[in-house]
Amino acid sequence: MKAGVAFTGVPSKEELKNAPGIPSRERLEKGPVAVVECFQVIPCNPCMSACPFGAISMKEFPSLPHLDGEKCIGCGLCIPACPGLAIFVIDKTCSHSEALISFPYEFLPIPEVGMEVDAVNRNGEVVTRGKVVRIKNDRRNDHTVVVTISVPKEWADEVRFISMKSIKG
Amino acid sequence: MRILDHPILGRLEGGKKVRIEVDGKDIEAFEGEPIASALVAAGIRAFRKTAKRDEPRGIYCAIGLCTDCVMVVDGVPNVRTCITPVKDGMKIKTQVGRGEYSWK
Amino acid sequence: MEITEIAVVGGGPAGLSASIEAARAGAKVVLIDENARPGGQLFKQIHKFFGSKEHYSGIRGYDIGRRLLNEAEECGARVLLNTAVYGIFDGNVLGLVSENRSSFLKAENIILATGASENPLAFPGWTLPGVMGAGAAQTMINVWRVLPGNRALIVGSGNVGLIVAYQILQAGASVAAIVEAAPRIGGYGVHAAKIRRMGIPILVSHTVKEAFGDGKVEGATIVQLDEEWKPIPGTESTMEVDLICVAVGLEPRSELAWLAGCDFAYIPQLGGLTPIHDENMETSVPGLFVAGDVAGVEEASTAMEEGRLAGIAAARDLGYMDGGKFEKMKLDINQRLRALRSGPFGSPRFEAKQRLLGMGRR
Repeated sequence: MKAGVAFTGVPSKEELKNAPGIPSRERLEKGPVAVVECFQVIPCNPCMSACPFGAISMKEFPSLPHLDGEKCIGCGLCIPACPGLAIFVIDKTCSHSEALISFPYEFLPIPEVGMEVDAVNRNGEVVTRGKVVRIKNDRRNDHTVVVTISVPKEWADEVRFISMKSIKG
Repeated sequence: MRILDHPILGRLEGGKKVRIEVDGKDIEAFEGEPIASALVAAGIRAFRKTAKRDEPRGIYCAIGLCTDCVMVVDGVPNVRTCITPVKDGMKIKTQVGRGEYSWK
Repeated sequence: MEITEIAVVGGGPAGLSASIEAARAGAKVVLIDENARPGGQLFKQIHKFFGSKEHYSGIRGYDIGRRLLNEAEECGARVLLNTAVYGIFDGNVLGLVSENRSSFLKAENIILATGASENPLAFPGWTLPGVMGAGAAQTMINVWRVLPGNRALIVGSGNVGLIVAYQILQAGASVAAIVEAAPRIGGYGVHAAKIRRMGIPILVSHTVKEAFGDGKVEGATIVQLDEEWKPIPGTESTMEVDLICVAVGLEPRSELAWLAGCDFAYIPQLGGLTPIHDENMETSVPGLFVAGDVAGVEEASTAMEEGRLAGIAAARDLGYMDGGKFEKMKLDINQRLRALRSGPFGSPRFEAKQRLLGMGRR
């Protein structure tokens, strides 16, 4: 079976490497930064207007969003703005052994700070345990909650969500 | 089953409760909701039986186009329950076949 | 018999936009919708829209619906609800029925904005209660707020199938799988990615073989397809589901256009048989316009733009707008439509619409 977001819903290694919305490996190591996992051109640009630092740009409308790692400070304002729920903020510098993953969340129950959760990769497979460190449920985000979890650093490039089963109950 | 809380739509407000009768049984409904909505909330999935093979039919399109959901409402058959609002005291019956009209 | 200047049939995004623009231009407008409340499919769309600012990007569909409704009320269009248009007669006369009472409405120009209907898919067991259109499931969970089932199989991976799968999860039910007969996912990768993160399998080159159960859906069998889309024997698998959502495309709801004698073209990318229209959204029948999904299945954002175009064209035709203003508005609308019909998903629709327009010019 072919790999790639159009065949499985999961981006291929090529797609992840070539996406202009994904910052470089070096930039990811430097501090919190947005990761825009947008691989297909759709007429869509709310991510651009959401960024107060102009870190997300598009050559023309429409094209794939480009993330400028120098301008991005990883504030996360873009996370709830993306209608495709495709933007994350990764912070590999929060501690020696952990990384913080912030992602959009539109389900009930809303996880609570301090909860231990199962962290999943883009395939929905549980790969490690995580802990909820921050919940942002701002009215201005129109019901898109931003959840931040800490996971062992080696999973920072893989973890993009949590297992719902692990927070129910 | 009603969705009481929803991550985008919030808590279910519902509104004024009314009573309707379905095949002789009393069912609670919200005033103004489609008849089909009250039936599904009460766990009813089959709304009518087909003319030739007596097979159950339920909802298919839910927006008034396909007529799968028709029932006899207050004596009138072929009423599209998915777009007809509930009224207090309505009497609804499972329709069998094409239904019968009474021209009184 | 009531007489008006512009009658708009259907109060979804296209019909509302047409009514607003025509009424703003000064025409007498009557908007007719068979539902208790207008808004069409907008009130089911609880996700944030794509597009740019002018397309209400980042705003949830139901909020867009509310805004359009307010605007329609403010601009003075007369709205007839719970009223079905059952016929269209010579002399631009519409046959209306409401609460078992019928009446007629004569209009100088008519805009049909009747939307689209979901395609059925016949397979053994498809008539069992519990098999429904994906849009039906969406109406039930987002508008009626009732669960049509607890565990769903979704047939079709276009945007409708992907979005409805996600919304079923939001409603608190579960999704066993999405099956897609084609060898690739039909809808946006970002919609598919959300589903995959939830651990839901999306199986391309698979389809539903049968649904079974005692008087209602209790399970389904799926099967893999080869390169010629034929089932591969021995690849069947069974799953326990009580809901099967069929998301295999929409087609224009064009019965009134047929009755009126419009010319049609068969354009698969737009949903099948589509009424031919010119660049002012006018069909081959003078004074009869179309807008939105009935003019070719696309999206809510294109429906709004086409509605605006039909509204100003119908108003201009009656002398309510001067040529300069009309051309400027038309240009702006066409620019926005061009942007919406771009990229790998939009371009095929642009080409399809061009073909449809080309037929109208002959």
